[in-house]
Amino acid sequence: MSLKDKLHQLKLKYQGTKMEPLFNAFHTFLYTPNEVTKTGSHIRVVDDLKRTMNMVVLALVPILIFSMFNTGYQHYLALGQVDYATDGFFSPNFWNLNNFIVGFKTIMPLVLVSYIVGLGVEFYFAMKKGHEVEEGYLVTGMLVPLIVPVDIPLWMLAIAVIFGVVIGKEVFGGTGMNILNPALTIRAFLFFSYPTWMSGDKVWIHGLAERTDGISGETILGSLAQGKDVAYGVKEMFYGFIPGSVGETSTLLILLAGLFLIFTKIGSWRIMLSTVLGALVMGLLFNWIAPSMEGTKFYDLMSTPFWQHLLIGGFAFGTVFMATDPVTATQTTKGKWIYGFLIGLMSILIRVFNPAYPEGVMLAILLMNVFAPTIDHIIVGKNIKKRLNRLKVKTT
Amino acid sequence: MSTDIRIKKGLDIKLKGKAKHEKAVASRSKIFTIYPDDFHAIKPKLSIREGDKVLAGDSLFYNKDYQAMQFVSPVSGVIKEIKRGAKRKVLEIVIQADNQDTHKDFGVKTPSNLAEPQVKQSLLESGCWSFIKQRPYDIVANPDKSPKAIFVSGFNSNPNGTNIPFSLKGKEEAFQAGIDALSKLTEGKVHLSVNEKSFLNEVKNVVLHHVSGPHPAGNVGTQINKIDPVNKGETVYTVNALDVAIIGELFLTGKYNPVRTVAVAGSRVGKPQYFDVRIGNGMKEIVKDANFDLKDTRVISGNVFTGLNVGENGAFRHFSYSVAGIPEGNYYELFGWAKPVFGNKKYSITRALTFTWLNPKQEFDLDTNTNGEQRAFVVTGFYEKVFPLDILPLQILKSCMYEDLEEMEALGMYEVAPEDFALTEFVCISKQPHQDIIRKGLDLMIKEIG
Repeated sequence: MSLKDKLHQLKLKYQGTKMEPLFNAFHTFLYTPNEVTKTGSHIRVVDDLKRTMNMVVLALVPILIFSMFNTGYQHYLALGQVDYATDGFFSPNFWNLNNFIVGFKTIMPLVLVSYIVGLGVEFYFAMKKGHEVEEGYLVTGMLVPLIVPVDIPLWMLAIAVIFGVVIGKEVFGGTGMNILNPALTIRAFLFFSYPTWMSGDKVWIHGLAERTDGISGETILGSLAQGKDVAYGVKEMFYGFIPGSVGETSTLLILLAGLFLIFTKIGSWRIMLSTVLGALVMGLLFNWIAPSMEGTKFYDLMSTPFWQHLLIGGFAFGTVFMATDPVTATQTTKGKWIYGFLIGLMSILIRVFNPAYPEGVMLAILLMNVFAPTIDHIIVGKNIKKRLNRLKVKTT
Repeated sequence: MSTDIRIKKGLDIKLKGKAKHEKAVASRSKIFTIYPDDFHAIKPKLSIREGDKVLAGDSLFYNKDYQAMQFVSPVSGVIKEIKRGAKRKVLEIVIQADNQDTHKDFGVKTPSNLAEPQVKQSLLESGCWSFIKQRPYDIVANPDKSPKAIFVSGFNSNPNGTNIPFSLKGKEEAFQAGIDALSKLTEGKVHLSVNEKSFLNEVKNVVLHHVSGPHPAGNVGTQINKIDPVNKGETVYTVNALDVAIIGELFLTGKYNPVRTVAVAGSRVGKPQYFDVRIGNGMKEIVKDANFDLKDTRVISGNVFTGLNVGENGAFRHFSYSVAGIPEGNYYELFGWAKPVFGNKKYSITRALTFTWLNPKQEFDLDTNTNGEQRAFVVTGFYEKVFPLDILPLQILKSCMYEDLEEMEALGMYEVAPEDFALTEFVCISKQPHQDIIRKGLDLMIKEIG
C-alpha cells in the first residue's frame, strides 16, 4: 500500500473524531485533497489559500536570510570586529559566514518559537471547535520574528504569540474573521507590556544588552527623535545594513518582495501604492513647515527629506506585508485606496509627533485596521444609495 | 432600435471538446424522468397516479399555490413510477414512453391576435409557463405579478455553451411567434440581446441590444443589470431563447414539444456536436450518441458552471441548455498547493507559481477537483474582476451568510440569480459555494418577504 492510500485510510478512520482537524492539517499539507465540487460550478481555479499564503512566505524568505547576515554584521560591527560594508550591496564585510552563523543562532529560535507556539494554539482551537486548521498562521508565524528586536527573550515572544493568536484572532472566530492584524497585535502586546525591551538603544543589536561599556546601537529613528546625527548613509539605509527590528531593515529586499507579491497578484498594489503616496504627502507637508519649527524637538524628524521616510524604520515592511493583509484591510476596491493613503499619512504623523516611540507604522496600521470596516461601510453605503436613488427616480 | 452593451469585467475560459456545428437527433430513451425539484419553490400537487396513461402535454402535476399552472409530460406513455423521498416528497416522475408521441391538442393560435389573458391561459395550461422565470428570486414566474419587462438573451457566453443562433436554425418562425406571445405578457418591452449577426437581428416586436465582452456578458442577469435593473417591488421575466421557440411552437402547432438543440461538449465527449434532446430524455442515450468516455467522468446536464451532476443514469433536465462531460477530480496531489502549475489541466487567476497567464487562450481540460479546501473569505479583489453587475459581490454573499434581510435587500438581492455568481465561485480562493449561498439567501427572502 502506498503512502497515499495509507493516508487515505487514516483520513477515513479519523473522520468525525476530535483528531480530524489535526490529521487533516498534516494530510492536506502533504497532499491536496481528493475533494470534488458538490454544488454550483463544477470547475474551480487551482489557486487556494495554502498557495496564496505560501507566496507571502516565499517573499519573506530572502528577507529572513538577509536578516541573519545583518544580525551578525551589526553584532560584530558594534564589537569592532568587522569593518563597515561600504563597497555596495554585495560587500564581503556583510555577506560572510561568521555573520550568518551568529544571525542564524539568534534568529532561528525566534522563528521556531513563533511557529511552534502559534501553531500549537491554532491546533488547540481547531480541535476544540472542530474546524479545519486554517493557513493564516503560516504567514503570521513568519512575520512575527521579523518585526521584533533581535534579543527579545523567547518566553516573552511565546507569551505575546499566545496573546496575539487567542485575543487577536481566535476569539473572533479564526482566520478571516479577525479585526486586527495578528502579527501586529503580537508586536503591540510586546511594546506595551515590555517597553524597555522594545525600544531604547540597546535592544536592536545582538549581544548589546548585557554589555555596559557604552556602545550605542540605536536605530536611525531613535537618533532622529533625540536630535542626534544619523550615523548611516542613504545607501546603507536602502540596502538595510542598519540596526532595527530583525527583518525590517532592507528596503531593497522588501521592495523586491513587494514587486513579487504584486506580480503574482497576491498583494494589493492599490494598498501598497496608496500607502507610499500617503507617506510622501505627509513627509512633504512636514518638510514644508519644518523651517518654522526650528528649535523644537520635532525639527529633526520633520526636516528629514520626505523620501527618506520610506527607507527608515518599519515603513517599507509594514506597507508590503502588514497593510496588505486582506482580512484586516478594507475589502472594497475604492476603500483600499483610502485605507492605504491614511496608513501612509498616519505613519509619518505618529513617527514625527510621538516622543516616546518614534515608530508610527505599527500603530498607524492597527488604527486603520480598526477603521477599515468604517471605510468599507461608507463605500458600500454609496452602492446602496445608488440603488435607492434609482428607485426614487422611477417612482417620481 | 438597438443599443450597445460592452462588458469589460468577466472571464472567458475555453474548454476542450467544443461542439461542432453539426446537428443530430438524440436517441429517444424508453424512460423519461421529470424532477419536480427543478422548479424551485413550486409546491407540486400530482394530477396522475402510477399506471396512468398520458399524452405529451397532459398534466403531471400543478402548482399548489396557483392551480392553473400545469407541469406537463414531455412525451406520451404510461406513468411507470413516482419516486418519493422523506415526508412523501415527490422526487421523480418516471414515464414509460411510447415509441411515437401522441400530443394533446392545445389548438393552433396566432399570438399577435390574442389578448393577454388568453396568452397567459395557453401558457399555463400547456405547461409552457414553466419556462418563464422571474426576478426577483429566480423562480418560475408568478402569473399575477405583471413584469415591467421581459428579457431574452440570444447570446450564450458559458464555456462550451450552446450557440443560440445555430441551435435555433430552422425554428425562426417559432421564435418570432414565441416573442409575439411573450410581448403580450408585459406592458413594457421585450429585450433581446445578440452578440453576432444572425436571424435574431431581424426579430420583430423586441428591443434589440448588441452585447459584447467576456462571460457573463451572455447571462441575462448581466444584461438586466445594464439595461433596466430590477428595483424593489418590480418584477421582470426572463426566458431562455431556446424555450422561446418551444413556446412559439405551441402556438403554431398546438403541441407541447419540448425539444432543444443543445451542444454536447467537453473533454470526455468523443463526438462533441449538437443534438436535439427532449426534456426528460435519459442521459444514457445521449452519452452513447455523443460517444462519452465514461471512466471517471462527470456527466452534467447543463454547462460546467450551473449544470447539475446527473450521472449517466440521470435525465436531461428542465432548465438545461447544454450537456457536458468533464473528468472527475477525485485524486490526491502531492504538494499540489506548492508546486508550479503549467499546462491546460488547471486554470489560475493569479501568477502564484501558476502559469496560466502565459497562454490564457488555450483550450483547458479542467476537472472537478476543488484544488483545495473550503476556507473563510480571506483574499479580496478577485470577485470584482469577473463580476460586471453593479453590485458588491463579496458583501452580498456575506449578507446572505449572516442572513441580514435588510442588508441583502439594500445590496441588490432582487436583481441576482445564483448563476450570476458562477464565475465568482469558479475563481474563489476560499472555495466557498457562492451559488448555494445566493440560492439560500433568495429562499430566505421568499420565506420572509414573499
